[in-house]
Amino acid sequence: MNTKEMIKISQLNKSFGDLHVLKNIDMTVYESDVVCLIGSSGSGKSTLLRCLNFLERKDSGNIIIEGNEVNPRTDDLNKIREKVGMVFQNFNLFPHKTVLENIIEAPVMVKGVDKEKAIIKAKQLLKKVGLEDKSDVYPSKLSGGQKQRVAIARALAMEPDIMLFDEPTSALDPELVGEVLTTMKDLAEEGMTMVVVTHEMGFAKEVADWIVYMHDGKIIERGTPEQFFNQPKEERTREFLTATMLK
Amino acid sequence: MPSFSHFFQILIETKGVFFKAMLLTLELTVVSILLGIIIGLVFALLKISNIKILELISDIYVYLVRGTPLIVQIFILYFGISGIFLLPDFWAASLALALHNGAYISEILRGAIQSVDNGQFEAGRSLGMTKTLTLRRIILPQAFRRALPPLGNQFIISLKDSSLAAFISMNELFNVATTLGSNNFDEMTYLLIVAVYYLLLVALMTFVVNRTELKLAVSDR
Repeated sequence: MNTKEMIKISQLNKSFGDLHVLKNIDMTVYESDVVCLIGSSGSGKSTLLRCLNFLERKDSGNIIIEGNEVNPRTDDLNKIREKVGMVFQNFNLFPHKTVLENIIEAPVMVKGVDKEKAIIKAKQLLKKVGLEDKSDVYPSKLSGGQKQRVAIARALAMEPDIMLFDEPTSALDPELVGEVLTTMKDLAEEGMTMVVVTHEMGFAKEVADWIVYMHDGKIIERGTPEQFFNQPKEERTREFLTATMLK
Repeated sequence: MPSFSHFFQILIETKGVFFKAMLLTLELTVVSILLGIIIGLVFALLKISNIKILELISDIYVYLVRGTPLIVQIFILYFGISGIFLLPDFWAASLALALHNGAYISEILRGAIQSVDNGQFEAGRSLGMTKTLTLRRIILPQAFRRALPPLGNQFIISLKDSSLAAFISMNELFNVATTLGSNNFDEMTYLLIVAVYYLLLVALMTFVVNRTELKLAVSDR
């Protein structure tokens, strides 16, 4: 087991107005770990994920990314975001750009990568997600599953050390979920550090190293998939699992 | 009403002088639209800046311009500014039209920018792009495309509004038509002729806007 701390969160708090959505969250993610955040809607799992690349600003607590404590006021968040890739529920591909342009945009414009090199790299990534024939197509021509795979390739083009997934399959037709999960599984096997908010229990069971169960803004229970699904310690977790498995 | 043959006879006889006037109308319109887009973009960005004082500046500008008639604005620039320094007629008219259009264009652009899904902004930011870069490369191209139909409307309005420059004695289409009309005691013929020129210009403008829309719609196909 790897021991390099990629993400270390301590005593993280976040409120939206009167709503206290994250309550004293502590969590550490080690290199090459795949952590699945699960829990019902409104439990705060997406907010937690969004705090990790500072799309949401914490109210208090510490977020340490790859050993550096991040202060959103003074630090260059763009530099950190280059290292932390994000995949959204709604893909958020750039509709006015082709698949290839979507992927090379940030490397060329942010990192200043030579355009030719960025294109070569983009084509490799497209091959990796199984879409090498789609490079000149606009996103409107892709299925949901294809869009999400392009979004994954786009995030990978920045060569991040950590990948965040915010319910990456929730907006997909059931028959398209598999292709996206397969891509994510491949990524996990390559040793990518991943934090995944998901409702896909099968994926969590099979791919995750750690399951983190959240409820009402708190982490209720964490453990390996085996412990978590077979011998949950907390009553709340058992209720959640029963409800989910009945679906 | 003038007879058809009379109308066509005059139309052909006056084509030289009207063509010159049409060029001036076109110059006024193009300059005021280009300046208006720049002004409109600046005030649209102020309005969405989330900085209270800048929002207020944008609000006041839009209120002042929308709250007063264009002809008053043209006269203020023409007479008012000439007390401080002399503004050439062309620039008094162009600037007034640009400031006027700018207010309407700023509202068109603001609406279009705000209609772009916030996820687009987040996607840009999550890739390490700065706010400015995200705005320039991701948000504005999408916003501009959505803004094109109402912008096309506004361009046509500004073309026709340029006729008000006649009142500061610019020899654009409308001025030429009324002058020739009253000199020849034949107002109706010249008004109908000038209508034809405006229709031609509007057709040209509509064509350009439609072509641009088609070109930008390539991502839908």
